[in-house]
Amino acid sequence: MDNLVPGIDADCGGECSCATCHVMVNADWTGIVGEPNEAEDSMLDLNPERATNSRLSCQMTVSDNLDGLIVDLPEFQF
Amino acid sequence: MSEAPTLNMADFDPQDLALEDIDVSQRSIWIHDKKMSFFERLRNEAPVHYCKDSEYGPYWSVTRYKDIMEIDCNWQDFSSEPAITIVEPEEDFPLPMFIAMDPPVHDEQRKTVQGSVAPANLKLMEETIRSRTQQVLDDLPIREQFDWVDRVSIELTTQMLATLFDFPFEDRRKLTRWSDVATGDEESGIVESEEARQAKLYECLEYFTRLWHEREEQGERNDLVSMLAQGEATKNMTPQEYLGNLILLIVGGNDTTRNSMTGGVWALNQNPGEYAKLRNNPGVIPNMVSEIIRWQTPLAHMRRIANKDYVLDGQTIKAGDKVIMWYLSGNRDERSIDRPNEFIIDRDKARQHLSFGFGVHRCMGNRLAEMQLRILWEEVQKRFHMIEVIGEPKLVPSNFVHGYTEMQVVLHSH
Repeated sequence: MDNLVPGIDADCGGECSCATCHVMVNADWTGIVGEPNEAEDSMLDLNPERATNSRLSCQMTVSDNLDGLIVDLPEFQF
Repeated sequence: MSEAPTLNMADFDPQDLALEDIDVSQRSIWIHDKKMSFFERLRNEAPVHYCKDSEYGPYWSVTRYKDIMEIDCNWQDFSSEPAITIVEPEEDFPLPMFIAMDPPVHDEQRKTVQGSVAPANLKLMEETIRSRTQQVLDDLPIREQFDWVDRVSIELTTQMLATLFDFPFEDRRKLTRWSDVATGDEESGIVESEEARQAKLYECLEYFTRLWHEREEQGERNDLVSMLAQGEATKNMTPQEYLGNLILLIVGGNDTTRNSMTGGVWALNQNPGEYAKLRNNPGVIPNMVSEIIRWQTPLAHMRRIANKDYVLDGQTIKAGDKVIMWYLSGNRDERSIDRPNEFIIDRDKARQHLSFGFGVHRCMGNRLAEMQLRILWEEVQKRFHMIEVIGEPKLVPSNFVHGYTEMQVVLHSH
């Protein structure tokens, strides 16, 4: 978000309230990244392009074990 | 309302009033365009402000960006039912619509129609929107005064709505009228009486009921009427609920983008330096679109009802109290936005504004709105050196729809 990755808009600035930082987590990483939290789940749910591996990137806590994480961006942000 | 004579806010400098006497909902300050100075005082001195008496009864005003965001995101403690504007709904004429419902019913109904304006579908619409925009602009007179609101803003948004509903194209101005009537009242001069307003809205329901019956058996189509008529969560709606959701979609797609289409022209005219930036760098258009939407804030507020006692900035909002989130004020909050009163088309973080709301009720047409505005400006810049505003635009006399009824312009070609 702070690094201005094109395609990750994060209009709300990381508050889990706009769903414009949608990413799809690579299958090798879904177990490490974990499931969406409750608030995140309700925001993701509004997006018709939601997939089983969808997360809002603002709700993922960056740590050393995510080094090398691979995510796909949706074709369009919500 | 109380027996005491009401102070006419527009007669005062906001600094000369006691805080407790301030009523930012009062129409006079909207008609005379004085609301911004009142909001500035509330943001500085009473960011969570109680008005004990108004045309709409008592209400809280929340005026800072972060406080608005906190409430908007908390649907558990702040209900959107039974309505999302400061006006109390007519008891004998309820208009249920999903924006004025809480989860889980809200989510089910919204999901039924969300796909029509979701990004994947927008790509399919882009060329249609562009060719229509070109047509509308090519038909405009050069060096001759005309009303931009009517010829461009209303025309383009109404055509868009007709497409989304697959509404008979030749009747499309009915949509404009129904949209205006839905948010208007006697005092705004848009309708003669509440009875006349309801009669007009029943005409809307009648027209759309015909379309519903035509389409409920027609197999899968991706217009909004078919989606409502065939969706599991919506196919058994009552007629009043159908009308409510139609009004939501019509107003949501009409009053909003229409006023950003006008507001952008007005803002560029007031800021010639920004207009020059645009001429030199059309690549700034996507960023400018976000800035226009912030600067205009076409819907000035949204309302909630507290589900429980809630403390915000030291004030206790009681369960059952009406809370107005003034998006227009939050978008001018210097605590969250750098130089908020300036219109800066290449502003950093321009997307971070309140105009679409946040949380589960966030505007579902946001990407469509941005696309319509982007295409409009791309096509305008190809054609005209300047859209010159003549005089001042006329404002909608409303504390909800923040927009324009008329704006005279003259076009200058390159």
